[in-house]
Amino acid sequence: MNRSAYPWILLGIAGFTLLPWYAADDGFWSFAWLLNGAPFSAEAGSGLFQALFHGRTWLLPVLLLLLIPLTVVSRPKSDPLFGRVLVLAGGLGFAFIFGQGFAVGIDGWEFPGLEALFGPTELRQSGMGYGALLALGAFLFLLTTGIATRGAINGDAFVVGSIGLIVAAVAVFIFFPVFRILVSALQDNDGVYSLSVFSEKFFDARIWGVGCLPSGARCGVAWNTLLLGVLTGFSSTTLGLAFALIATRTNFRAKKALRVLTVLPIITPPFVIGLAVILLFGRSGIVSQLLWTVFEIRPSRWIFGLPGIWFAQTLAFTPIAFLVLIGVVEGVSPSMEEASQTLRASDWRTFTSVSFPLMRPGVANAFLLGFIESLADFGNPLVLGGNYDVLSTEIFFAIVGAQNDQGRAAVLAIVLLIFTLSAFLAQRVWLGRKSYATVTGKGDSGVRSQIPVQLKSLVYSVALPWAALTAVIYVIILFGGFVELLGRNNTLTLRHYIDAFGITRGDFGLVFSGLAWNSFFTTIWIALVSAPLTAVVGLLTAYVLVRQRFVGKGVFEFGTMLSFAIPGTVIGVSYILAFNVPPIEITGTGIILIISFVFRNMPVGVRAGVAAMSQLDRSLDEASLTLGANSFTTVRRVILPLLKPAIIAALVFSFVRAMTALSAVIFLVSANYDMATSFIIGRVENGDFGQAIAYSSVLIVVMLLAIVLVQITVGQRQIHRRAEPTGAPAQQTMGGMAR
Amino acid sequence: MTASVVFQGVTKAFGSVVAVRDVSFEIETGKLVTLLGPSGCGKTTTLRLIAGLEMPTGGRILIGGEDVSSLPATDRDVSMVFQSYALFPHMTVLENVAYGLVVGGMAKRQAHGQAEEGLAQVGLGGFGTRLPSELSGGQQQRVAVARALVLEPQVLLFDEPLSNLDAKLRRRVREDIRELQQKLNLTSVYVTHDQEEALAVSDQIIVMREAEIAQEGPPRALYEEPVDRFVADFVGDANLVEGEIVAIEGDHGVVRVADLELRLHHRDLPPGKAALAIRPEAIQLANSDSAEAGFRGRVSRATYLGSHLEYTIDTELGELFVIDPRMSPVWAAGNEVSIVLGQRGVTLVRD
Repeated sequence: MNRSAYPWILLGIAGFTLLPWYAADDGFWSFAWLLNGAPFSAEAGSGLFQALFHGRTWLLPVLLLLLIPLTVVSRPKSDPLFGRVLVLAGGLGFAFIFGQGFAVGIDGWEFPGLEALFGPTELRQSGMGYGALLALGAFLFLLTTGIATRGAINGDAFVVGSIGLIVAAVAVFIFFPVFRILVSALQDNDGVYSLSVFSEKFFDARIWGVGCLPSGARCGVAWNTLLLGVLTGFSSTTLGLAFALIATRTNFRAKKALRVLTVLPIITPPFVIGLAVILLFGRSGIVSQLLWTVFEIRPSRWIFGLPGIWFAQTLAFTPIAFLVLIGVVEGVSPSMEEASQTLRASDWRTFTSVSFPLMRPGVANAFLLGFIESLADFGNPLVLGGNYDVLSTEIFFAIVGAQNDQGRAAVLAIVLLIFTLSAFLAQRVWLGRKSYATVTGKGDSGVRSQIPVQLKSLVYSVALPWAALTAVIYVIILFGGFVELLGRNNTLTLRHYIDAFGITRGDFGLVFSGLAWNSFFTTIWIALVSAPLTAVVGLLTAYVLVRQRFVGKGVFEFGTMLSFAIPGTVIGVSYILAFNVPPIEITGTGIILIISFVFRNMPVGVRAGVAAMSQLDRSLDEASLTLGANSFTTVRRVILPLLKPAIIAALVFSFVRAMTALSAVIFLVSANYDMATSFIIGRVENGDFGQAIAYSSVLIVVMLLAIVLVQITVGQRQIHRRAEPTGAPAQQTMGGMAR
Repeated sequence: MTASVVFQGVTKAFGSVVAVRDVSFEIETGKLVTLLGPSGCGKTTTLRLIAGLEMPTGGRILIGGEDVSSLPATDRDVSMVFQSYALFPHMTVLENVAYGLVVGGMAKRQAHGQAEEGLAQVGLGGFGTRLPSELSGGQQQRVAVARALVLEPQVLLFDEPLSNLDAKLRRRVREDIRELQQKLNLTSVYVTHDQEEALAVSDQIIVMREAEIAQEGPPRALYEEPVDRFVADFVGDANLVEGEIVAIEGDHGVVRVADLELRLHHRDLPPGKAALAIRPEAIQLANSDSAEAGFRGRVSRATYLGSHLEYTIDTELGELFVIDPRMSPVWAAGNEVSIVLGQRGVTLVRD
């Protein structure tokens, strides 16, 4: 019985003979090709007709490779030939489609050697369309079905198929773009490969210069970035720890309010903090003006540069550190502290010699997180940078500025990638082994002791002013949109909201005449599409990781978590480099935005899924299997229902992240697909702070509403999980989520 | 429906760790066979191999005469009762029991009807609308059994089904399981590390040690004729002492232990040094001045346990552990006693 292979073969053949092989110019969702002569015409022709009537004979092997498996489908599953043929045909077909896609591009042959071999061609290929997509899918699943019948993962076609799908997707949308950056960095401006050009670009004084140490000259952008990262990591960790100690180890009254702090950064586009900082401390900012009137301190631009970025990033990332460290502080078992006390150690001694050493790996983890976040942050340096260059913004200006130097952008991206990857590796390899977190799942008796009095006053004096400052920032954000220009002209007005979100009555009913509507609807739409996709990919990956054993699982896991360590700007650049030309030509579409969100936010879904699934006893799956359900049914009827909270968490989180992301987005938006965040940045660059702030607060309110809505529909317990930080080890932040 | 299970040289390795090494056995139709052994001996892996949750790295597994070696759990006609019961917490009891029938393609109404019958069979009729979390541990266990039974499997597997129940309940539940198994004439495989449980429920016991079968046989044979020290020690308590086979006479060997001379089945052991397993209840104590032939010892500990007394005696053979069901006389620690070995419960074992 080989029903398993038939559907894929038929799907592939249908894709090859009926659907347009190449992507239509008017977008993935446009169905104009139906009227455009499909499957016969040159524009909308299927693979078969392209090959027979339009000269693209190199497509014919695809059909052949699809037909070969038909010769063995009648054989029994246990026949080794069956699996072997499937693996061979699937693997070859998959490789062949990509191979021909890379070999023949928009200008004919891509490689001189091929031209010499086959002679020059007038023919060209554009990006792959539905037909190619279906054929690729068919080959992929023929391959995985073949591998499964040969005995991998107990012959489970669903699981092998899932793994294959994830591996292929991660390879295409994470590894390929990163690889493309490397290639681009090795090329000079004429496309010739050269190591010397690379080293020249890589060791550029603008990157590594140390001129600032002896004199007032500017330092290399790499040092700037590192300095900022270390400062931000340090300050956000310190403040985060202070907040975490207050929240868990004191009798502070307003703990609930502190917890609210943790939700804020998740629903705030990071650069909005920078914006508010300008409105407070900029030259015409409220505080600066106040200082001028009261103390006659002349307003200056001091906030633009390192102090401003550091300040804004600390504001933005402290809550994330707080979230991580709450888990860390709670992970210290009270019984250990009680043991220390019964051994006659004082409170202070207990804290310094037992509690804090136990927290130390977690603290280091929070530091690395803050460091990575700072390096990846794009909005704040863009808004507040002044003359202080950091890598993320330099990459951006190398691409969009007057330079338009893709090679330089690629080199800068590599430097940034090296930094974040090192931190990521340090976090996983070094801290992975050193965690003392004692979350056992068993109720640990004992009452958490309060922190020593001396420490308490210190912690209060650090954290509380900062909390007040954060509150002020958010008041500014919400209030700033209702005045002409905060600080300079404090007249109340609704002008910004009307400009951005005006609705007028036109000839044909209501018209969304506000400037922001377009990007607003696009953002909501893209976020709504990418959220479920992210959840599916993330949870599927989590299922495979938690529940299956297979060769290369470590590499697989690393690959799926890697995209967390790749800064958005790097993703942005790499996507432009990789997907601007065939075979995958998707820049300027909504799809590239969706894909970038799916793969950037995938680790979040994976973490949520892994944490939740680790709580589900494996015997539940096994019971279902021994009762005759296959693994797909098991996932659908047993695992998914039990994972509902994690699914909702992943959905909400990826929705929100898609709405607040900027760094990758700003490279990928186009006239047709503008996103809210890039629109706001555009307003900021035009000096239109009022509208920018107004739009930001609308976004925040929309996301709050979305969260509250989810909270009402699915209940309190689940929503608490959503407030999980982007990089915390799952067991620390999501540990207590057992059913 | 019910069928035999045959292992032919089955091996299962996880990387370099061999969990089951070249194991062969045959389980007859309608019998309950227990896999017994300490943790890590491979008994659970063996069970999972039957279930299809693990695939053998070598050898063949036959169920009902059919080679199922490469068939995954989904496609095998085998049900399992899990240690944790593995009841789906989001489904009612009835939905749990009907699950296997429904995913197998049966109409929901009919499946629920059969599930009701299955629940009634384990004495839980009318509990169908509850959630598993609303049942006691013993009831959950019975739901798990019902869920496995309604599929009328060829083989029913039990993975330490009693380990989550309290001691009092265990005895009753194991009797229920045995009764049901015999009534339905179901081929069953039962994993436990509790030797008493194994002795109580089994037609046949397979004792495993370090990925291999140590001994196989009916409960009585295992207890009374353990092949080696390990089995003697693991199935029931045993005092392992050194003795010497001084002569072989037909089936029997003359064995000298301390001052005593015993006639025991020689079990194919050659003359010379040999190990003996002495069950604690096979040792009878008497006052040191008693006339009975025996050797001497000193009571080093005496423990009163209500139904019997336990003694630890220092002797020339080493420490002996003794169970004495006669509640009098009682010796106190320090007393000299005379030791006599009974006819049953003493056997030669291989090292």
